[in-house]
Amino acid sequence: MSSAPDRAVVIGASAGGVQALLALLPALPADFPWPIFIVLHVPADRSNVLAPLFEAQCGLEVKEAEDKEPVRSGVVYFAPSDYHLLVEENGDLALSSDEAINYSRPSIDVLFESAADAYGEGLIGVILTGANNDGAAGLKAVHAAGGVALVQDPTAAYARTMPQAARQACNAALVLPLERIADYLKGLERE
Amino acid sequence: MPHQTEDIEIGLLLEALYQRYHYDFRHYARASIKRRLLQARSHFNMPSLTALQERVLHDPEMLPRLLGFLTVQVSEMFRDPGYFRALREQVLPHLRTYPSLKVWIAGCSAGEELYSMAILFREEGLFDRTLFYATDINPDALRAAEAGIYPLDRIRKFTENHQKSGGRSSLSDYYTADYGRAVFDKSLRANVVFSDHSLVTDAVFAEMQLISCRNVMIYFDRGLQDRAVGLFRESLARHGFLGVGSKESLRFSRHAAAFSEFVPEEKIYRKREA
Repeated sequence: MSSAPDRAVVIGASAGGVQALLALLPALPADFPWPIFIVLHVPADRSNVLAPLFEAQCGLEVKEAEDKEPVRSGVVYFAPSDYHLLVEENGDLALSSDEAINYSRPSIDVLFESAADAYGEGLIGVILTGANNDGAAGLKAVHAAGGVALVQDPTAAYARTMPQAARQACNAALVLPLERIADYLKGLERE
Repeated sequence: MPHQTEDIEIGLLLEALYQRYHYDFRHYARASIKRRLLQARSHFNMPSLTALQERVLHDPEMLPRLLGFLTVQVSEMFRDPGYFRALREQVLPHLRTYPSLKVWIAGCSAGEELYSMAILFREEGLFDRTLFYATDINPDALRAAEAGIYPLDRIRKFTENHQKSGGRSSLSDYYTADYGRAVFDKSLRANVVFSDHSLVTDAVFAEMQLISCRNVMIYFDRGLQDRAVGLFRESLARHGFLGVGSKESLRFSRHAAAFSEFVPEEKIYRKREA
């Protein structure tokens, strides 16, 4: 579909992720031109509060992703709990209840790998704080498809395992402190 | 680009499966089917999807093994307890007015949802007047559903879900524990027809009061989802009910106008009058 956006941002976060995203997302302008897809690991019974929580803090529209939903620019989509979120090449979102990957459903790898197929060099992948290895393979796929790979500086992250694993899997990833990531994304927009 | 080559291989492999075995995954949502095929490729140690295609074309014994990857579905009994509570409290009071009932569990996989539904109907006193159809395309899944045996370590979650759904009995009334397995009572499948049926290629086979098809159509592309919802629409009696997965929606479907939202938060729809 030609109307689907040709760039997008994918973000993965786990332990400490709510705080990190509360620092990152509100710093993006209300007219941010690309869709943002997020997998955040949280206990299943708490996940449906994510979209309202962030919507109240952000200039951007924030919602939980629905199956077969056409992607729109400037919207933040959270993966629903207990489902994987994928992006189709035609620009629709897709959910799956396939088994957990690395004990995670939603899985950051599943989102990042499908988005890398869909957006190629138009994709920006961001791995934030977390205490497991999810997202490392995904970030590598983002880079391999020509996209931009970003990692939160592990030394300053709430939990460093996830950004560290992502950096190890993807040497080319740019390591940034959390407070610089929003600026970096805004800078890409001006390119 | 290797990425494009892989897409060509996926298209050819799905076409081969269809022409050779009449299993039609050509209109499944591509991102998920691709993941599953790549998992199968690495599981079977194939250098490429083309090699996997050659193997399955020439070796029919590969088919069920590959189907295991393409149709794998993990469910639980009373998954999304709120759904079963809504059926119990809001849908069954309507069904109670019928002298006989037909219920279709479409894409029943290993049967967790079927047994949940049978227990619900028994608790509510509707079991004896109900005929259940449990269908799937995977013969191994159908055999597992017909057997009704689950590892005991899954029972704790099943029991918790059953309680949250408003269960009026104890789940342990319905199974016997045996060497680490829970064997569900065969009386629960006394009124069940297990059948090979494809939402992709097969037609309407009976008139239903309730159809439950959860987390099956998320694997279809939009055109195929339209076909399946159309099939449900034709299969439902007047004012019949359709339940879909908690994150699925008829909103993006061609048939959206044919249904009203009966319990919106649990994704239970009701067929409008024609």
